[in-house]
Amino acid sequence: MTMTTAGVIFVLTLMAALVAVYKPFGDYMFRAVSGTRQSRVERGIFRLVGVNPAAEQTWGVYARSVLAFSAVSILFLYLFQRVQNHLWLSLGFDPVVPHGAWNTAVSFVTNTNWQSYSGESTMGHLVQMAGLAVQNFVSAAVGIAVAVALVRGFARSRTGQLGNFWVDLTRITLRILLPIAVLGALALMLGGVVQNLSAGTDVTTLTGGSQTITGGPVASQEVIKELGTNGGGFYNVNSAHPFENPTTWTNWLQIFLIFLIPFSMPRVFGRMVGQNRQGYAIAAVMGILAFASVVITNIFELTGHGTVPQAVGAALEGKEVRFDVSNSATFAAATTLTSTGAVNSFHDSFTPLGGMMTMVNMMLGEVAPGGTGSGLYGLLILAVITVFVAGLMVGRTPEYLGKKIGSREIKFASLYFLITPILVLVGTAAAFATGNNSTALNVGPHGLSEVLYAFTSASNNNGSAFGGITVNTTWWDTALGLCMLFGRFLPIIFVLALAGSLARQAPTPASEGTLPTHRPLFIGMVVGVTVVLVALTFLPALALGPLAEGL
Amino acid sequence: MRLPTWLAQHLAALRALLVFTVLLGLVYPLALVAVGQLPGLNHKADGSLIDAGGTTVGSALIGQSFTDADGNPVPRYFQSRPSAAGDGYDPTSTSASNLGPESVVDTIATDPEESSESLLTQVCGRSREVGELNGVDGRRPYCTDDGVGAVLAVFRADGLTGPVTRVVSVNQAAPATPFVTEYQGVAVEPAQPGEDYVAAGGVVTPIRGDAPAEPAVPADAVTASGSGLDPQISPAYAELQVNRVVRERGADPAAVRKLVREHTDGRGLGFMGEPGVNVLELNIALDKQFAAR
Repeated sequence: MTMTTAGVIFVLTLMAALVAVYKPFGDYMFRAVSGTRQSRVERGIFRLVGVNPAAEQTWGVYARSVLAFSAVSILFLYLFQRVQNHLWLSLGFDPVVPHGAWNTAVSFVTNTNWQSYSGESTMGHLVQMAGLAVQNFVSAAVGIAVAVALVRGFARSRTGQLGNFWVDLTRITLRILLPIAVLGALALMLGGVVQNLSAGTDVTTLTGGSQTITGGPVASQEVIKELGTNGGGFYNVNSAHPFENPTTWTNWLQIFLIFLIPFSMPRVFGRMVGQNRQGYAIAAVMGILAFASVVITNIFELTGHGTVPQAVGAALEGKEVRFDVSNSATFAAATTLTSTGAVNSFHDSFTPLGGMMTMVNMMLGEVAPGGTGSGLYGLLILAVITVFVAGLMVGRTPEYLGKKIGSREIKFASLYFLITPILVLVGTAAAFATGNNSTALNVGPHGLSEVLYAFTSASNNNGSAFGGITVNTTWWDTALGLCMLFGRFLPIIFVLALAGSLARQAPTPASEGTLPTHRPLFIGMVVGVTVVLVALTFLPALALGPLAEGL
Repeated sequence: MRLPTWLAQHLAALRALLVFTVLLGLVYPLALVAVGQLPGLNHKADGSLIDAGGTTVGSALIGQSFTDADGNPVPRYFQSRPSAAGDGYDPTSTSASNLGPESVVDTIATDPEESSESLLTQVCGRSREVGELNGVDGRRPYCTDDGVGAVLAVFRADGLTGPVTRVVSVNQAAPATPFVTEYQGVAVEPAQPGEDYVAAGGVVTPIRGDAPAEPAVPADAVTASGSGLDPQISPAYAELQVNRVVRERGADPAAVRKLVREHTDGRGLGFMGEPGVNVLELNIALDKQFAAR
């Protein structure tokens, strides 16, 4: 069997598995977020936190709860890193420098997991497991909670109430994330992922050299890194590291975990609005974009254009023997299509056009299928824009799921969409204007790609790196930290504002003039709107970077 | 006393964070550490350490260098891939090279400390060395015979157009002889240290050359892995090294090939990933079966 055939089967089995779990897992998540009976543990947590689980919140209170939780998390994580040398399991590492600690704190709280540090030489085990990994769980739960609140806005009418953030956060964490994390971690441990508190084992190699075999509670963090579409590796080289991703099947499992929640969220949406076909339509949009991207990335990587890949005979630089080109390309597409940003191969050394695909994936706005929760709310925003555009074209009143898309709604949707392009393009321009692009390893078009990638990754809360650029300077840490912060929380505020505005509306009964939003026509239009918006926004920048290099 | 709402909200947030930190940051990972100590799982949870001759020599999952104190390959051992982790296979400083697909021009400075090799030159150099070590042709496309990237800076009268005025082989410093004597009728000069021909307006032009399309040295032998710790080599790279190892050890070729097969992991379930040979386990098995001569 050739690598291409095996790679095709690899992708097909992933798709089959995701299709198979869509209904049962989506239904399970639906029950987790919409149930009202609290378990004993949950009641205990609500008592400790001091919230009344029956009390619901308006969009403003919901948003302020999200922001309060995130602000406290950033502060806590910052201080945690700054005092790590005094704590248990610090492995003798110094406190993280202030700009690095700020960047990392923002990065993990915003579900970005951009890493300007190297895990094995910066972070003690305690900071990793009780600081960073905790945010891997709760930042993913925040994303799902916001998505659920938006869907409640569609599903409810004549009310200001969108649910209770603390209840959503707790139930999503305990009922969805934690059980799968435990099972997944056990599976990864069977594959060889380490789970210990060792500071490292010094060995003398076969030829008399010395080597330190690193340790750490890796499996517990690895699984939520993928499941929560976080992407921050325990070690510097992330899922390329044999202790994070030791075998060919753990690689399959990691990609499956990356896609699991984002691809099943449309089911939750369909169930909540009482029309499963609406969920299928959204899932179809995600699936079409994702499949196309996986295929194109594979083709570019397997064809191996570029001088060095031609000299080598394959685009194998930065890739592991066990994953080789195809499974690396599939992982790269998966991690950038979602907001994960984990890597099992190094995108900087990809072929010029293969590397561009990872960037294009992020520029889609992380909606195919996007991050946990954030993918669904991002795509629903695009659906709202599509309904509006379609309404303008045929002179129909724009409606989506019985809600009128008026000027207030479309303003929130447009503001949502504009934030990331502004952050990416202004940030990239600022790096060049201030000369901070000089920390890039490469010059010319590839140097632009490296800078553009960094801002795209941070602003979209992806967190993968093109590498080849030194980003642990004060300027880069600060600038990318701000991009992550604004790129996460401004959209969340607009999403919740939109949800509040939709929930207050009375339902509009469907009429002859209503555009059906579950038919192939609508699916095709959302795909078109997504691609056209991205093309118009980013094509000029891509033309100067990867396209100039690859054509 | 009733707290202001904003403060109450942040206090609730702090309490929630602390609860989750205990539950997800301590109970969850430590419980898994405990599970990892169960018999059957503890070997893996502790890093799949392997022994040879009574001492721990490494991990089955982490590659290592089989070189002597000067960094030269020890020929009786199968060699691992190139590594960008620290000085090679250093788990405390894992890294990929992060060099791009068009990294083809070396920096040749007057001070050798400030010089750096492009990815292309690294590939060409490795191919040449691996070829020499194993007695095969190490030539590759876009490489010179002396093992650097075959790249010209072409200067034209009007920048990108017009007749060629000057051609420099950018990766071959004087007094080296350029890999081609002339390009479109213009004599090719070797590079002078400290000159930046790209900034001076030379168009970077890699030259394919007449090397075979399928080089004798496999792709994984000339590229660094993403982790810098890749424990495996391709079956093709292992096969390339068999004759050398057989010669060094005075071993039976069929027996060595059998060991290679035994330490080859196939695709997961027949379709996941690619086959690979675990180099450390193979070398330990070799030591056990054949003493070095």
